Amino acid sequence: MVSIEDYGTYETAWCPGCGNFALLEGVKKGLVAAGLAPRDVLFVSGIGQAAKAPHYLNANLFNGLHGRSLPVATGAKLANPNLAVLVESGDGCCYGEGGNHFLAAIRRNIDVTMIVHDNQIYGLTKGQASPTSEAGTMTKAQPAGVILDRFNPVAVAIAMRAGFVARSFTGNVDHLAEMIRRGIAHRGFAMIDVLQPCVSFNKVNTFAWYKKRCRELGADYDPTDWSAAMKAAVEWGDTIPIGVLYENVRPPFESLESVLAKGPLVGREVDRAALTAEMMRIGGAAADD
Amino acid sequence: MMTARSTNIVIGGEAGQGLVTVGGLLSRILVGEGYRIVVTQGYQSRIRGGHNTFEVRVSPDAVEAPAEEIDVLVALDDATVTLHAADLSPRSIVIADETFCDSDDRCLRVPFKDLAPAAFRNVAALGVVCAALGLDEKSAARIVDEAFGAKHPEKAEGNRDALAKAIAWCSGKESYFRRLPAAPEGPRRIMLEGNAALALGAVSAGLRFVSFYPMTPATSIPLTVIGMAERMGIVVEQAEDEIAAINMALGASFAGAPSLTATSGGGFALMVEGVSLAGMTETPIVVVVGQRPAPATGLPTRTEQADLEFVLHAGHGEFPRAIFAPGTVEDCFHLARKAFFLAEAYQGPVFILTDQFLADSFRSVEPFDISGLDQVKPGADPASIVEPYRRHARTESGVSPRLLPGASAHLVVTDSDEHTEDGHLTEDLVVRKVMVEKRLAKLEGLKREVVPPAYEGSGSPELLLVSWGSTRGSVREAAETIRATGVDVATLHFNQVWPLVPEQFLERLKSAGSVVCVEGNSFGQLARLIRRETGFEIEERVSRYDGLPITPGYILRELSV
Repeated sequence: MVSIEDYGTYETAWCPGCGNFALLEGVKKGLVAAGLAPRDVLFVSGIGQAAKAPHYLNANLFNGLHGRSLPVATGAKLANPNLAVLVESGDGCCYGEGGNHFLAAIRRNIDVTMIVHDNQIYGLTKGQASPTSEAGTMTKAQPAGVILDRFNPVAVAIAMRAGFVARSFTGNVDHLAEMIRRGIAHRGFAMIDVLQPCVSFNKVNTFAWYKKRCRELGADYDPTDWSAAMKAAVEWGDTIPIGVLYENVRPPFESLESVLAKGPLVGREVDRAALTAEMMRIGGAAADD
Repeated sequence: MMTARSTNIVIGGEAGQGLVTVGGLLSRILVGEGYRIVVTQGYQSRIRGGHNTFEVRVSPDAVEAPAEEIDVLVALDDATVTLHAADLSPRSIVIADETFCDSDDRCLRVPFKDLAPAAFRNVAALGVVCAALGLDEKSAARIVDEAFGAKHPEKAEGNRDALAKAIAWCSGKESYFRRLPAAPEGPRRIMLEGNAALALGAVSAGLRFVSFYPMTPATSIPLTVIGMAERMGIVVEQAEDEIAAINMALGASFAGAPSLTATSGGGFALMVEGVSLAGMTETPIVVVVGQRPAPATGLPTRTEQADLEFVLHAGHGEFPRAIFAPGTVEDCFHLARKAFFLAEAYQGPVFILTDQFLADSFRSVEPFDISGLDQVKPGADPASIVEPYRRHARTESGVSPRLLPGASAHLVVTDSDEHTEDGHLTEDLVVRKVMVEKRLAKLEGLKREVVPPAYEGSGSPELLLVSWGSTRGSVREAAETIRATGVDVATLHFNQVWPLVPEQFLERLKSAGSVVCVEGNSFGQLARLIRRETGFEIEERVSRYDGLPITPGYILRELSV
């Protein structure tokens, strides 16, 4: 049996009171609930305070470039589908720098779980607007307030009929852990947008602000109903729905890649006779030559 | 190398006229009959129209370079006749539709409309060419049948008829024939272009994952792999952009699949941060850069050698790398293999710098003996690990034990940030210095494995021609021509352009009377690199940057020989 101790405890580089602490705990609990041992888990992260999170638990880790976690995760999953591959990074990394990869991952529907620390601000670079900042947010870089409209990641994902789209909040660690467990269990691309405060740079969307608004979806909510999901996805005001907003079960990318039906790419031997035949075919030599 | 008996055939026409089909079939027939060929494909960046050429230089003897003068011009459109009039050799003939030429003087005017319906006229043209070259009709028919029989049985008969009628029509037109000298008996050869050989070499070395974004002239590498992916067990993924392509390849490699990505200059520009990531995370990757004229979009379908400095310096910060520059189709195969072994052994990026000319240049090559070739074994044996496992442990060689995630209870951690030996992010400046030195120590190992430049000539020649990459054949042929005039000339050709090991070539440069660097760029990028690394200044240059490959004739003109 896997226990939370297997995932260890480490000193972090985060500000006191940061939402990342609760997120880290939720991730560990989710992994344990999913029954995954550290050796079978590969985290891929990007750059930012959120992207440091996988350094503070026991697992395999490729901490890559800003915005590029999803392609690395995709390659790793295709090379070895036996690994549970998770992406963990912030809203700037996943939705800004990595926007094209976000869209492609939804379309590709590869079995990767993406956990997004969404605090609606850039923390590590000290407080510039992020793709999910509210229009009007005043920052040092946007002193007159953000002009761009807020990017709605869950609405985009649901519009594209992503495999699994959930939202959670760091004020409810058990809910968060359950979303992560279900995201991992979902076969296909799963994203969990996790609302969290940034105590240093976001003075608007505070813990209390989220706490007041986040409401769990009711038992009668049907995440397979696309129209209902689109409606829930755009709800962002006095109430912000959290939970599994949308689930669309279909075969994941790697299950449709026939080469992987014979198992992982790792450790295969070159069939030299077959390659010789390929060379002769490509070289235009007839079979009877 | 004997080139006097070569014949240069140029097929010209619009995109969409089946030019590559005719050229490809003719080349296959020639190779099947035992001839040696060098194909140069010149095409425009469009799907229909324009003016494209498929050039086959054929000889019963070894040939390695393209020619300029045309002996047989096959005009699939009337523009071809006028566009190439100035390039015709004294012994040339033109094969064209009867309406394209005004006179019968050296023009075989073919009534194509009487020989075949429009859809089969390119194969009728092939028939006339085969007759004019004196090629065996049965071999031609067999190869046409093979090409269309399986995929398009409905077209097989029409093509067979067109070929037979065209060959029959040639009877009595022998004054126009330019029969090839008989090909000697020799080993059976196959027809491969540079990119196909690169792909085959990579697969033979254990390639398991390819990610790419389409870009001329590199796309045929992933396409070649896709053609065998199912049977050879390789995953090929078309990425959303080149940034994704290199990052996917790194993810796959990290997880244990020998990986490759292929692109051209503009796409490689997008990959550059990923190159640095490979250096920092010490992840093996092979990157093929098929050069074409730039800056920016440049001439998308032409050739150049102007990305040596770019690939050498691509990626912020300092980390080791190796860069190969194959000179022949055979080199493409063998250096692709070597690239995979080096990438795995030294855990970082290895580049193959090719170009449009070599990428698309079909040659007759002896089949590679794949049966005895070894393959890359990704990752170390977990049983060999002394605990605690540290992915980036310091070693004398700088090479740390690379385990694969999930292969053992050892956790594999790496970071694009500076990291400790166990792969975790650090801002400890003492560790930083140690890790820089650890990574750079690998350069010493890479230097020990450098492919030495090939030198041909006497110990102290009057003239030394220096070159790299795809110009190898042209430089050798030009040297042979110069040698025939009584000048003592030597050649020094680099198949690997980084790292450079001066002990391998500096004395050669110093011993020559005069040294000329022959390159497909205007800066003289190899010459500048040699000066930087050795202090030796190569003052004379032969440069070409008009989009066409360097030919022996071009070198001779530039040298005023």
